[in-house]
Amino acid sequence: MPLPLETAPFSVCPMDKKDSRRWHDMGGLDGAPIDMAEHDYALWEKRVDALLVLSTTKGFFTVDGLRRVIEDLGPAYYEKMSYYERWVHSVNQNLIEAGAYSLGELGAKMAEVAARGETYGDCAGCHDD
Amino acid sequence: MMTERVRVKEMFPPGHVRTPFYLRGKTGEIERSLGPFGNPEQLAYGVSADELPMHRVRFTMAEIWGSDAENPRDTLDAEIYSHWLTPIKD
Repeated sequence: MPLPLETAPFSVCPMDKKDSRRWHDMGGLDGAPIDMAEHDYALWEKRVDALLVLSTTKGFFTVDGLRRVIEDLGPAYYEKMSYYERWVHSVNQNLIEAGAYSLGELGAKMAEVAARGETYGDCAGCHDD
Repeated sequence: MMTERVRVKEMFPPGHVRTPFYLRGKTGEIERSLGPFGNPEQLAYGVSADELPMHRVRFTMAEIWGSDAENPRDTLDAEIYSHWLTPIKD
């Protein structure tokens, strides 16, 4: 975490110049050392990446919209979420805004997926296709 | 050719903007002009976007960081949309 949250130069509703700096716009601020360790991607992370490519190729939104929703998270959620957790949050928000599906459809699908079980192993053979 | 000097506007609208906070109010010179490109401040909200020129603006470290600059004469280039820049008349 680059800065303790209580010193975060961020406000949802900026009242003056200093407060108007948003969490992601951290150029020039002191930060923590960068973790340079390589890591592999989980399957779900690759799927989120593919979902962004599909969504933007089909014209539902652009990378600008992806960034906008992530920037609007605010520092607490921005730091709590991992990189691809931020992405999937933003992809979902942008797809809802673009009318790709409704919240009712999303809720029903989430229940259907949850019913398959906690792990990919639990879900083995549960697909119709 | 005359060097064109510009100042980055000191605007602080809440929302998706690409102009870094630390460059607002700073003065630089146009290194080259690029574009036009769709305005990301409109694209980010899914509305139709104006095509705007963008400029690569060169700033000195002294201008950006003041006396904190380790190498004051080093430069930094940033690509900034035209509506964030005000020409400076010498």
